[in-house]
Amino acid sequence: MPLDRSDVFLRFDNVKKSYDQKTLVVKDFSLDVAEGEFLTLLGPSGSGKSTVLMMLAGFESVTSGDISISGKSITRTAPYKRNIGMVFQNYALFPHMTIAENLAYPLQVRKMTRSDIQDRVGEYLNLVELHGFRGRYPGQLSGGQRQRVALARALIFEPSLILMDEPLGALDKKLREQMQYEITRLHEKLGFTVVYVTHDQTEALSMSTRIAVFNDGVVQQCAPPAELYEKPSNAFVADFIGENNFVNGHVDTIADGMAKITLPEGGTITAVAAHGLAANTRCRISVRPEKLYMQDDRGAHDNQVSVRHVTHYYVGDFIRYYFKLQGGGDINIKFLNDSAAPDLKEGDIASLVWFAKDCIAFPA
Amino acid sequence: MKHLPAYYTFWHILGHYGLRWFAFAVLLFLMLPILVIVPLSFNAEPYFSFTPGMVSFDLDAYSLRWYADVFSDERWMLAVKNSFIVGIAAAVIATILGTVAAVGLSNPAMPFKRLITAFLLSPMIVPLIIVAAGMFFFYTRFNLVGTYFGLIIAHASLGVPFVIITVTATLAGFDRSLYYAGLSMGARPLKVYWDIVIPLIRPGVISGALFAFVTSFDEVVLVLFLAGPEQRTIPRQMFSGLREQISPSILAVATMLILISMSMLVTLEMLRRRSERMRSGAY
Ligand SMILES: Nc1ncnc2c1ncn2[C@@H]1O[C@H](COP(=O)(O)OP(=O)(O)O)[C@@H](O)[C@H]1O
Ligand SMILES: [Mg+2]
Repeated sequence: MPLDRSDVFLRFDNVKKSYDQKTLVVKDFSLDVAEGEFLTLLGPSGSGKSTVLMMLAGFESVTSGDISISGKSITRTAPYKRNIGMVFQNYALFPHMTIAENLAYPLQVRKMTRSDIQDRVGEYLNLVELHGFRGRYPGQLSGGQRQRVALARALIFEPSLILMDEPLGALDKKLREQMQYEITRLHEKLGFTVVYVTHDQTEALSMSTRIAVFNDGVVQQCAPPAELYEKPSNAFVADFIGENNFVNGHVDTIADGMAKITLPEGGTITAVAAHGLAANTRCRISVRPEKLYMQDDRGAHDNQVSVRHVTHYYVGDFIRYYFKLQGGGDINIKFLNDSAAPDLKEGDIASLVWFAKDCIAFPA
Repeated sequence: MKHLPAYYTFWHILGHYGLRWFAFAVLLFLMLPILVIVPLSFNAEPYFSFTPGMVSFDLDAYSLRWYADVFSDERWMLAVKNSFIVGIAAAVIATILGTVAAVGLSNPAMPFKRLITAFLLSPMIVPLIIVAAGMFFFYTRFNLVGTYFGLIIAHASLGVPFVIITVTATLAGFDRSLYYAGLSMGARPLKVYWDIVIPLIRPGVISGALFAFVTSFDEVVLVLFLAGPEQRTIPRQMFSGLREQISPSILAVATMLILISMSMLVTLEMLRRRSERMRSGAY
């Protein structure tokens, strides 16, 4: 989703980074972010997400390319002049200062008057619901409370851009969900722009306005969460976001964006043709487990394959069935755990059906 | 006393107590020469040995006359003054230089880190007599022999390695994202160092400063080579006192030095505990 030029707030323009002058950790990173967006960089660990953030904050130099904010290049701006708030995974609260002193620090640096500082600190302590903790030291707070202080400290000097590098990575599941809500609430209330880094796709899908999936130092796809999930633009994204079955096939023809594909066992199916798919080549077809049905539950369908049941696992709210395709390859489906859930034995033959729009053929 | 394990045989028990007694004997061997000095410094007679009166705890056999001697002898008083002037000045210089060096060496972007560290720590390894001789020839060229300034910078150079070691040790536990956090909030690097880094590594800086002070305080080789009569420090005065005017005032000085060293050790230990507490409380 390319942005209108006038909307661009933050722009990465062919940014590259190498730590050792030999290998590129970030290769040709280009991305536009609009004002007020919650943009998430999502990628496996080691993919270079932190490096991008460090370059944006100014702690690491840009090897080549340019980063600009509101049309002005910041590539050569010192980090302390960028006016970008940052939340770190390990909170980075100053241990020798009280919570109030931590919050006051960026304001003191900006030479605000004492009474203004006091008012602002009180306001932000209220915002993160930590008013009673102003005189405590960071060591006396719990993980979740520390992260709220870190958040308030990054926001208190009202930067237009906030960076967060896996800020919830050190919290347990319940706290993480609370903090996700907290961050989203503050983002909606105050309207700052966020660049958020995580390797947790659930976090990314539930918080972001757009997600840039990052791998091998390249943006694989940048799209809103639903689009990323429904229309992955390549096999990496299809595999990385959510779960997917991958089946090999051969493309016969492509017409109107739909591909006719022959499976190894001889059957033919129809799938959405991904960008770059050509007729008469091999392809990988992806279809999500929750989009597959067993024959008798749905009348209308576009595709059908015959499969042999291998095993199934009871997960709780659903049951997961594993099948083998007749021409080789595995496929699994999710079935709601109700009385209609079929009782299959190993070796039973079943028929799986799905709609052509729910499966995508990627170039192999 | 703890119960010994039930499976212990006679030989185990013998070994257990034998080791205890051996350790105690070693401790005694190390401490006795120092401890013996303390009562002897209160000797009422000009002897370096216990008088019959002292052994029978006759109060008249004890006196503070050697302490009075030290405090009324202007050579001793000059030596005390010199020791403190040189020690404090050298410690201040060494602390500033050593801290700056340690902070610089902790920067991940610093090139030739190992080489520079080895170079900076060399005064600790090179035999003192060689350093002293080298400095002597160097100083004669610049007329620094027999000056306070010359002695102070010589002692400072001996103290720098201690400061580098203690500060580097505290910096090793320093979380670099604190520095980045300070920058992101708009503080310039020097301000971040002053407000954030230095307060957090203060225990290391202070113990480095104490080490540097003590190094200068009991150093005698460089003083022999580089100091004139006006710069005589306490160890130098003891050195000549031993040869020229054998009097128990040396023992009185020694007793006071023991007291000073002990209070420094206690301070160091308290600092160490404090920094440990700070670290465990913070993360
Ligand atoms: N300061 C550094 N010096 C050298 N290599 C680094 C440095 N920081 C990160 N790297 C390397 O860059 C790659 C990407 O790291 P990073 O940006 O931290 O990834 P992520 O945050 O996605 O896990 C990794 O292979 C890592 O080893
Ligand atoms: Mg990272």
